[in-house]
Amino acid sequence: MARAEVTDVAVVGGGPAGLAAALAARQAGCGVVLVDENRTLGGQLRKQIHKFFGSRVHRAGIRGIRIAKELEDACLEAGVKIWTETVAYGIFGSTLGLMRGRNSLTLTAKAIILATGASENALAFPGCTLPGVMGAGAAQTFINLHRVLPGRRILTVGAGNVGLIVSYQLLQAGAEVVALVEAAPRIGGYAVHAAKLERSGVPIWTSHSVLEARGDGELSEVTVVAVDNHFQNIPGTERTLEVDTICLAVGLTPLTELAWQAGCQFAYSGPLGGHVPLHSADMETTVPGLFVAGDISGVEEASTALEEGSLAGMSAALFVGVGDRKLEAKRVESRERLAQLRSGPFGTVLQQAQDSIVREWARCGRER
Amino acid sequence: MRQRAVAVIECPQEIPCNPCETACPRGAIRVGEPITNCPELDATLCSGCGLCLTACPGLAIFLVARNPGGEAEVTFPYEFLPLPELGAEVEAVNRKGQRVGTGRVVAVRQPKGADGTWLITLAVPDDLAADVRGMRRINRE
Repeated sequence: MARAEVTDVAVVGGGPAGLAAALAARQAGCGVVLVDENRTLGGQLRKQIHKFFGSRVHRAGIRGIRIAKELEDACLEAGVKIWTETVAYGIFGSTLGLMRGRNSLTLTAKAIILATGASENALAFPGCTLPGVMGAGAAQTFINLHRVLPGRRILTVGAGNVGLIVSYQLLQAGAEVVALVEAAPRIGGYAVHAAKLERSGVPIWTSHSVLEARGDGELSEVTVVAVDNHFQNIPGTERTLEVDTICLAVGLTPLTELAWQAGCQFAYSGPLGGHVPLHSADMETTVPGLFVAGDISGVEEASTALEEGSLAGMSAALFVGVGDRKLEAKRVESRERLAQLRSGPFGTVLQQAQDSIVREWARCGRER
Repeated sequence: MRQRAVAVIECPQEIPCNPCETACPRGAIRVGEPITNCPELDATLCSGCGLCLTACPGLAIFLVARNPGGEAEVTFPYEFLPLPELGAEVEAVNRKGQRVGTGRVVAVRQPKGADGTWLITLAVPDDLAADVRGMRRINRE
């Protein structure tokens, strides 16, 4: 007989957004259950051994892995119920279908927060299925969680912050990063991350792409090629590198299955990584009582996920009927901090994309 | 004579980040609002303590003590093992990781709260002080 549990607020996903959401809802006075399919909480934070950007309130200057521990401890101390190794396989109205090992159970909540994160994008090229070709996140899991080098000589594809940071961490782990290629004419990530790599002797080739990977049963070499402004290969610019690993850091896509199943309205947003559930500035979707936070609501930085999590947690508490004017005021402050994180040349495009999602959400509300 | 060490901030983009501002005990670094402002250093207030070097998540702050005609000292954050030995001669590299000369390791330290980030100080000829921003990593084997 399946167990049926009840709570005020259920949070799916124990990364930065989910942990921050659970903590905020709990601190507002709600009963909170946080479920995560992994054995340990923290999500991607656990692999982020670098110090974070942002402001003091977003724990800037602190290594991601320590933020994970800090948030988990705060959640436990506050009395959040944490169910690890628990998969949320479905959402049926206000009830989550859960699997823990071979046991099925349900969790019914007055409000549900989806903080399911994102998954890495793949890249298709001849030889891309050879062992040794992997996502940058996979390589990061190897070195920072399992303490195993995925290879000795590495090519990274993609010069966004993920590609830059993982390449640096591979150097720290003792691998050689032969080069980093980026199809765009400019480095997409922060210049300071690129500078760390370049100082360490890693060449970054912009306007370059992967042509073909080769190997007998496993990756042994890769040919890269320069591309023009239309991303067309420029013949004669091919060069072949001896590598045993290719790390693909070519973007992330929001993990939105539960939001689709719940009947949320969606919009496609390139800058936010794909289809994202429409949501208000306070993180409520088009399904009343269902909230989103973190990469599921648009792929951004971990500091943004932390802030969105707090915001969603507070919104869920208000929805449940816990919380007062003070909480409303805290929500306003949280929105202001989010706007700050999305200012500047890197943030503006994200702010505009999020504004457009919020406008769409409001339009759907009027139609309802 | 060697001048006192002063922070050199190489943070060229307007990114949302300000731990350098809060790390400085003397208020020499200002970011202000919005948080995307590039940091500004008041060199007259800088004591050369190095706290901002390990607080900066971009590892984009250095200490430079000039010494025209003599040996300057360049301090940079370093997060690789093994660490260099005090007094060792190492390959000093520029911002592109290219060797520009030899540096002598005169300090290997970790300020309070550095959490794993080391500060290496190299003595280099003064004419290299504006170029040297790191050292070649030491092979593990």
